[in-house]
Amino acid sequence: MSESILLEMNHIKKEFPGVKALKDVSIQLRAGEIHALLGENGAGKSTLIKILAGIYNADGGEIRINGNPVVIQSVLDAQRNGISVIHQELVLVPHMTVTENIYLGREPVTTAGIVDYKKMNRDAKRILDSFELDIDPEEEVHRLTIAQQQMVEIIKSLSFNARILVMDEPTSSLSEKDVGFLFENIRKLRKANVGIIYISHRMSELKQITDRITVIRDGECIGDRDTASASNDELITMMVGRQLTNYYTRDFGEPQEPILEVRNLGDGKLLKDVSFELRRGEILGFAGLVGAGRSEVMKCIFGVDRFTSGEILIEGRPVKIRDPEEAMNLGIALVPESRKLEAIFPVQSVMFNITIKILREFIKGIFVDNKKEISITKKHVDNLSIKTPTYHQLLGNLSGGNQQKVVIGRWLATKPKILILDEPTKGVDVGAKAEIYAIMNDLVKLGVSIIMISSELPEVINMSDRVVVMRSGRVIECLPREGLTQEKIMYHATQLAG
Amino acid sequence: MTAETNDKISKSPKNSLLFRNPVTRFLRENLGILIGLLILCLILVIYDFHRGRTVFLSTNNIMNVLRQMSTNLYIACAMTMIIILGGIDLSVGSIMSLSGCVTAMLLMYNNFSLFMAVMMGLLVGIALGAFNGLVVSKTTIPPFIVTLATMNIARGASYVYTGGQPIRVMSDSFNFIGSGYVLKNIPVPVIYLIIIVALSAFIMNRTRLGRHIYAVGGNPTAARFSGIKNARVLFFAFLFSGLMSAISGIVLASRMFSGQPTAGQGAEMDAIAAVVLGGTSMSGGVGKIGGTAIGALIIGVLNNGLNLLNINSFWQYIVKGVVILIAVYVDFLKKTRKQA
Repeated sequence: MSESILLEMNHIKKEFPGVKALKDVSIQLRAGEIHALLGENGAGKSTLIKILAGIYNADGGEIRINGNPVVIQSVLDAQRNGISVIHQELVLVPHMTVTENIYLGREPVTTAGIVDYKKMNRDAKRILDSFELDIDPEEEVHRLTIAQQQMVEIIKSLSFNARILVMDEPTSSLSEKDVGFLFENIRKLRKANVGIIYISHRMSELKQITDRITVIRDGECIGDRDTASASNDELITMMVGRQLTNYYTRDFGEPQEPILEVRNLGDGKLLKDVSFELRRGEILGFAGLVGAGRSEVMKCIFGVDRFTSGEILIEGRPVKIRDPEEAMNLGIALVPESRKLEAIFPVQSVMFNITIKILREFIKGIFVDNKKEISITKKHVDNLSIKTPTYHQLLGNLSGGNQQKVVIGRWLATKPKILILDEPTKGVDVGAKAEIYAIMNDLVKLGVSIIMISSELPEVINMSDRVVVMRSGRVIECLPREGLTQEKIMYHATQLAG
Repeated sequence: MTAETNDKISKSPKNSLLFRNPVTRFLRENLGILIGLLILCLILVIYDFHRGRTVFLSTNNIMNVLRQMSTNLYIACAMTMIIILGGIDLSVGSIMSLSGCVTAMLLMYNNFSLFMAVMMGLLVGIALGAFNGLVVSKTTIPPFIVTLATMNIARGASYVYTGGQPIRVMSDSFNFIGSGYVLKNIPVPVIYLIIIVALSAFIMNRTRLGRHIYAVGGNPTAARFSGIKNARVLFFAFLFSGLMSAISGIVLASRMFSGQPTAGQGAEMDAIAAVVLGGTSMSGGVGKIGGTAIGALIIGVLNNGLNLLNINSFWQYIVKGVVILIAVYVDFLKKTRKQA
């Protein structure tokens, strides 16, 4: 690794009306270094990145590139200085080819003024080859995997001569295999002396891929560490500013009678012969790779999708579930995987979001009982420690963790017997994660039965009574809590188990 | 949880009651556009004063403004719901015309009683609205396309049905519907206006259906995952829009003493303008009937004022366009500042 400092951001300050987002943050990025930016949601990571990208202007501090002070006041300034941000949401044009996306807006033209597709495709192919990527430059982007699309985006920014890459949670929607693919390519960038700022909530990833870690909390730099010498506990303590003694809260109880039985469920597409049972008052973990069919099973149980074969029994009785309303009436609740797409109403208030499922309780005929509406909201906001200035705050303005708690609150308001949580801690910071685990533990003690789909194995292992492992639309194994290890789960989840 | 957030949360119920006061809330939400309306009125009053007369603020003129804007506002109320749902209804103007023509024809040539003729007119609107709603909710064809088709079909039907000629209506009782007065000087259409605005606001603010409209418009997938039947909600909104268009068309026919196949041309654009002026987001999920009412009022005052100022009617279009652009831009500035 070269020792030259590529980028310095010194004493950056930024204030929004009423909030000091950044009080004093400094970060140094070396060439060829992968530098993690770690902090809870709301710590100021995205504000810092937006200042670097020219979306916000800093109120104080300086930015130096290769030792020279630079002024970044617009996205164009950032681009000129070789800074490129790969956002969580990809900004490629789905129905254009890889080549067209890479050269969007600066297509080479022939002397006749016509776009020179031959040259464009040839150039694109050369860059793709230099990364040993097996991507056809003439393929339309929406046909690629997410990881491949990310690489196209990275290549696009490199073709702008980017020297500094910012990657904001690049793995949040990737499968294990794609994460491997992405990391392999990120390492190639390191060799090319590109400096990378890497943001992720997944501790294990940071260990795997980054060289240094800078922790920020409440708009201040807490410190930086070499990844190799930093322990998880130390980093978490730096991040949350307190010792998280009980990260996972779980009091295991005695197994009871089954409340939900799924027998030979199939959807004619992916799912085949899916059978399992959920016992009263347990947390049943669902592990497997992305695409194994875990969410699909839950969507069938919840009536969002139809299944073509098999049956579902609740408390021993076969039931018909044709739409989510029927599922709800049977006491089933589903907190879906994609908070943004499937769960929240971002432009509506916290109160609206919590009460949307139980309007019947306070809207009777033409009468609306506002007091009751507020008291229901208060109950869930208090119980789940949702941090919001008022109940009328728009949900989209809260942090990811609080949004997730609101969605959980919405479903708890329906008093479910069976709660299905699909990736409940995805994109949620450590503090909120611990709180969500505590909530799950409390619910189970109250007799609610929980199915938890999760791709974070430590979470699965520490929270579940039993773990169902799925692969390619089938249930492969149901593992007891005793002797559960990450290796054991992955063994069944991947092809290794044959 | 820190003490500070605890404190904030315990305060919130009080805070929310303050928010709940409908008058303050209404003023707060529509501040920008209300100021615009005020400026507009001020200009007209000053102009009057300058000429040494009181025309704009006379009871007669105010009632005139309200009557003229009423047909637009009926439709705009339904359009607000549809736009909050993320859709659009282009067929309203054509439905207006067809409903008016059907009522006039049945009344004059088929010896229908006034009641039956009006019912049939309304039924036409409901049927077309239901058709829009059915296609939109059962297929994935965008509302823009579906209602573009209905717009042409209904307009064509009006022409075919009337042979392209206006159908004159000689009936005092029919004319009362759109041109009559109650309580000495309140135009009858203004009474419908009050009822329709109140009903729409009630639906949006105080019923489950209203909340479902906001939910489906804000995030259709999340709504589906919440057990809301999106198709039913969409169906209702388009049905309501058909009914409002029919009422609007019959009132207009009564005011013109005839069912006209060309009536209501461009009505969809006036309705959309009122909705957008009122702060409803074209991307769905956000909007208020109260805002739309003010939006329609601005368009009404603008039309009236430009006439009072003796501005050439060709120029009036240009002025209207510019005002809409400015108003929406100011709203946009307000919203982006809030986000930062």
